[in-house]
Formats: sequence, C-alpha cells, structure tokens
Amino acid sequence: MGNDTHTEHHITPLSTYLKIAGALFVLTFLTVGMHALRNYTSPFSPLIAFSIAGVKAYLVMAYFMHLKYETPLNKIIFATGFLFLLVLVFFCVLDIYTRLATSSVL
Amino acid sequence: MINGVPVQEHYRSADHQLVSAKEGIWLFMVTEIMMFGGLFVGYFIYHQQYPEMFAEGARFLNWQLGFVNTLVLIFSSFTMALGIYYCQINQTRKAVWALALTILCGAIFMVIKYFEYTHKFHMGIFPGNMLNLTQLNEHLKAAGEPLILSNNLGMYFGFYFCMSGLHGIHVILGMALIGWSIWRTTRGDFNGNYYTFVEGVGIFWHIIDLIWIFLFPLLYLVG
Repeated sequence: MGNDTHTEHHITPLSTYLKIAGALFVLTFLTVGMHALRNYTSPFSPLIAFSIAGVKAYLVMAYFMHLKYETPLNKIIFATGFLFLLVLVFFCVLDIYTRLATSSVL
Repeated sequence: MINGVPVQEHYRSADHQLVSAKEGIWLFMVTEIMMFGGLFVGYFIYHQQYPEMFAEGARFLNWQLGFVNTLVLIFSSFTMALGIYYCQINQTRKAVWALALTILCGAIFMVIKYFEYTHKFHMGIFPGNMLNLTQLNEHLKAAGEPLILSNNLGMYFGFYFCMSGLHGIHVILGMALIGWSIWRTTRGDFNGNYYTFVEGVGIFWHIIDLIWIFLFPLLYLVG
C-alpha cells in the first residue's frame, strides 16, 4: 500500500446496527422456540440450534466486527482460525469413528 | 500528530499504523477461536462417548438464565458497536455513555453467572474430581428428584466450568478494557480520525458474544 492511498473508515449507519441487533434478538427467541419443539424435531434439534447460532455468528462478525468492510488480508487471517479448527474436528472425527469397539479383542 | 492521529515513529503513516493494529487484533482473534474451538471439540468427543452422563449433567442447567444472559450479551454487543459509531462521528460524550452501558451489561451477565455458580457449589457440583456425588444425591433425594447414576459426572462439569469460566474471565477482562477506553475517551484521546483502541476492544467484546452464541445452545439446550 502506497503512502498516498488513504483507507477510508467505513461508518456503518445507525439503522443497520438496529436491524442487526433486532435480527439477533429474534434469532435468540427462535432458538428457544425450536428448543420447545425439540420432541418434534428430535434427531435434528442440535443441528437446528447450531444452524441458527451460525447465522447469528455471521451477523455479529460481518456487521458488529465490521469484517464485511475489512481488508481481504484480515478476512483471510480470521478465516485461518476456523480452518485449523476444521482440521482438528476432521482428525478427531476420523479417530473416534474408526475406533474398534472397546470390547474387541483385536 | 497527523490530523488528530498520534502516529508512532516506526510507522510510515497513519494508515500503515491502522493496518498493522488491525492485523494484530485479528491474529489475536484467531488464537481465541482456536482456544475455545479446542474445548468445543473436546466436549463433542466426550459427549459422543458418555451421552447418558452428559444428559444427567445438563439437567442442572437452567436454560432461562442462559437465555437472559444471551439477550444481555447481544444488547451489550449492540451498545459496544454504538460506542465505536459515536467515536467515528466525533460524539465522544455519547460514546462514553454507550461504553458505560456495555460495562453494565457485562456486570449483569456476571451477576447471573455468580448465582448459577453458587447454586451449583451449594449442591456439591464442582469440576472433575471435586464433584461431591454423595452430597449431590442427598440433595436430590431431599428434593424428590431422580438420583445421579453416572460416577463420572465431574467430567461434564469440568467442561461446563472450564468453558463458561474461561468465557467469564473474558467478560471481566473485556469490562476492564472497556473501562480503560472510557477513561481514554474522556481524556480526549479519540476522535473521528483516531479510535483504533476502542475498535480493537470492540472486536474483542464481539468475539466474547460470538463464543456465547455457540456456548448457549451447546450447554443449555442441546446438553
């Protein structure tokens, strides 16, 4: 980046913050609402809860943390955290689900 | 000082300084994701191995309290964003109010946490080996609730106290950092051109919210 280029601060308008906060409140109520219906959504209820959490996380990261207006480098840096987490999950799942039963004599 | 920005001598320009500071805070956020991520993966592994024991442990968590704490933390993230917004548009007096409200929300969160923790300690629920199963079962018998059958319930509460405790430490640190930014704002350090410190603290506060967004369903709802 040259000396003469100026990175403008992006100022998110107040209305956007209000909308995002409103959406986060609604999604929190939705999480609890789906929890009340857990007997009907039984095998998928954790999936539903974490999907809603994922949407909330996106809203917080993109708008509150201003990640949407960050430089590509910072987006990549933050993404590496999740990438390495994925590597950890991948090898743990591989380990746990390929173990022979503890009762096995092999 | 260039346009109200105190540029350190080892930076080429105010932009160079800002870009470096931002890169640093995002690298720090990566370490946060990986630290809590490791605990989440550990939770999933042992949940997989002892599903009945985890279900017994989850009984003692009150989702209503977790729900209230989620709302409090989301509201605090909103006020934190407002704090930065008011710094950006040079209204530092309003910024101080927004930041003070954020600290207040953090305090409410910790007070609710305090009641949750002391209630568990009262029943003999502690992390790991410190969990007093005899005391807990006596308590349950007196209350007429089903007794605990697993003998490794301490593991569930090891995860519970580690994850929510580490998160609580972050909340306390965040409150202290916001307090520091309030002090610096009232001192007149920040203006529309320079508020990097508040922005960094904000990113830290939002990651606390982000982690809680996943902790709430994990601990209180899915169990």
